[in-house]
Amino acid sequence: MIEYQNIFTQVQVQGEPEWGMDDNRQMSRERIGKPFFSKLVGWVGNAQIGPIYLGWFGMVSVATGILWLNIIGLNMLAQVNWSISEFLRQGFWLALEPPSPEYGLTIPPLSDGGWYIIASFFLLISVCSWWLRTYLLAAEHKMGKHVAWAFAAAIWLFLVLGLFRPIFMGSWSEAVPYGIFPHLDWTTAFSIRYGNLYYNPFHCLSIVFLYGSVLLFAMHGATILAVTRFGGDRELEQIVDRGTASERAALFWRWTMGFNATMEGIHRWAWWFAVLTPITGGIGILLTGTVVDNWFIWAQERSFAPAYDGSYGYEAFGTYEAFIGQEN
Amino acid sequence: MLPKWFDDWNRDNPTNIYGPAILVGALGGAIFIAAMLVAFGQPFATKSIQTGPRGTGMSVTEFVNEIERPDPTIEDYLTEEPYIPQPGDALAKDIYENVQVLGDLTEDNFNRFMNAMTFWVAPEQGCAYCHGEGDLETYGEDNLYTKVVSRRMIEMTQNINENWDGHVNANKEVGVNCYTCHRGQNVPSDIWFSITPVVDAMTGWGAVQNRVTEQSQFTSLPSDALETYLLNYGVIGVHDLESRVEGSPADEGFPTIQDTERTYSLMNYVSNSLGVNCLLCHNSRAFYDAEQVTPQWATASLGIAMVLELNNDYLVPLADVYPEERLGPIHQDAPKAACRTCHKGYQQPLQGLNMIADWPELTTSEAPVYE
Repeated sequence: MIEYQNIFTQVQVQGEPEWGMDDNRQMSRERIGKPFFSKLVGWVGNAQIGPIYLGWFGMVSVATGILWLNIIGLNMLAQVNWSISEFLRQGFWLALEPPSPEYGLTIPPLSDGGWYIIASFFLLISVCSWWLRTYLLAAEHKMGKHVAWAFAAAIWLFLVLGLFRPIFMGSWSEAVPYGIFPHLDWTTAFSIRYGNLYYNPFHCLSIVFLYGSVLLFAMHGATILAVTRFGGDRELEQIVDRGTASERAALFWRWTMGFNATMEGIHRWAWWFAVLTPITGGIGILLTGTVVDNWFIWAQERSFAPAYDGSYGYEAFGTYEAFIGQEN
Repeated sequence: MLPKWFDDWNRDNPTNIYGPAILVGALGGAIFIAAMLVAFGQPFATKSIQTGPRGTGMSVTEFVNEIERPDPTIEDYLTEEPYIPQPGDALAKDIYENVQVLGDLTEDNFNRFMNAMTFWVAPEQGCAYCHGEGDLETYGEDNLYTKVVSRRMIEMTQNINENWDGHVNANKEVGVNCYTCHRGQNVPSDIWFSITPVVDAMTGWGAVQNRVTEQSQFTSLPSDALETYLLNYGVIGVHDLESRVEGSPADEGFPTIQDTERTYSLMNYVSNSLGVNCLLCHNSRAFYDAEQVTPQWATASLGIAMVLELNNDYLVPLADVYPEERLGPIHQDAPKAACRTCHKGYQQPLQGLNMIADWPELTTSEAPVYE
């Protein structure tokens, strides 16, 4: 079975496309697109493309999302005098910026953040509609709402950055610009302005959960792949009817580190780590500038930023002349 | 494509060549690289200078073959030892007409300086660049803008060496003379003009950034940092010095994210102008904290104050003197100086070469003292 030991699925089965459930003879009304197969997509997932269910919220979400993206794109194009080649050349530098600080929470002119506010309004509708879609689709499939709540955690961070914190700060200028490099400038400036975000304990927590998610993902993926030969890839079956695959995986981790998750619990671990990343991150952002204005000083006051005793040891430092190789 | 006998032979003798080929190739390649490294050494060797207490990771790291390469303009530097004045030597102000700033020099020293200045600033045009094509008798005239500007530049140089000793002689005697900026060019490299707004379609915050300019150091940071901080006395610091300070970005004078990006833009400019990183001056865990900065931070702060004075008192007032082609392309403003105008990418201009050892005339606005 060497075919399975590869990131690409090399054995693909194609036949009649799967249309999904239609038990009340209503669901297929809003399904769009004639399903087809793609070998390329099949390498990394299910080879079948479509049909897709959009529904009202999906339509609203896609429409407002397209508006948001096009407002940004047209603003960027206007900034390079409608030159497509300049748009491509300077693409990573361009941005639709939030209003200047002096406008506070009032509506600014279109050229100084007005378009940003309009675009953000559409993005808000788009993201919230998409969330409703994840919730309603789960309901229609009689599933739990885990995906919707996980998405809501990400939306929390998004709302903190673009809505809640700017309102608490009293200015839309605090929001994040829409641009590749410019949003990174904002991130750096945000940390520097508030005295080093690394001393924000919620930022610390967010990093823990982010890197923890990565670690858990790798551990779980590796474990399941390792016991696939014993049927471990049938995880749902193993949860309710534990077989030798689960036993071996559990033993492996218990002997390795003294503790093991269960076949069901590992998914709760992963879900909570992922969800807590933006939740804790959002709390950290929301506190910054509203409750704490200098995290380094805040950390010193609580004695967890170490201070130096003043013995800088300058005698150990090299001279400039030695550095440039001109020491006599 | 291939001959039939080759295909036949291959079909009859199936051999897995890929496994061994990859193994032999990878192993062979690794051995080759290891042998080259042992024989010729690390081709991209680095060295670093410690700038902070042990354990903080504060250091500036450079490639050895870049940091140890001498500044090529040092070779072209011309200097001449002063002539020690003898009692009774005539002074320039008594011999020549209209000598306003170097009148206390003896004739020999005056001409020695004029000669050096020509090499430093106008090696191709020679004396005529400032004095015109006329005879020696006309050399007292102020007809050319170049002469008026150079007189002011001599005063500026004297002011730098006399009053900004803490910056230009911070570690040892280095000082500045004309060559520090000019390096044999009529107009020094790395001067700057006001270029904002850089985005015509926007106003306010969106109009001054997100363009690849020299002033933004080719980042998307604001392009108005030099004029804000090195001309208009903008406040560079953006931090609150208590853990909680009331205020809103909508308030006047509240340091905003936007101010921080502008400060960051200036700091990028300073680092690149000196060929260093943040850690030459700052402990990056608390950029603002005066208790954790290095001695270089004080030198740099003096430098910023110095540049503010040079731009406001010397360079900008010359705007009316310059012809149009010397003015800024967008706002017709006077050319201005900043860190890179002298430093040219080096931590110390001309790698710390003493520029005033032979030129006591440039270290004082009074009568020079020769020793």
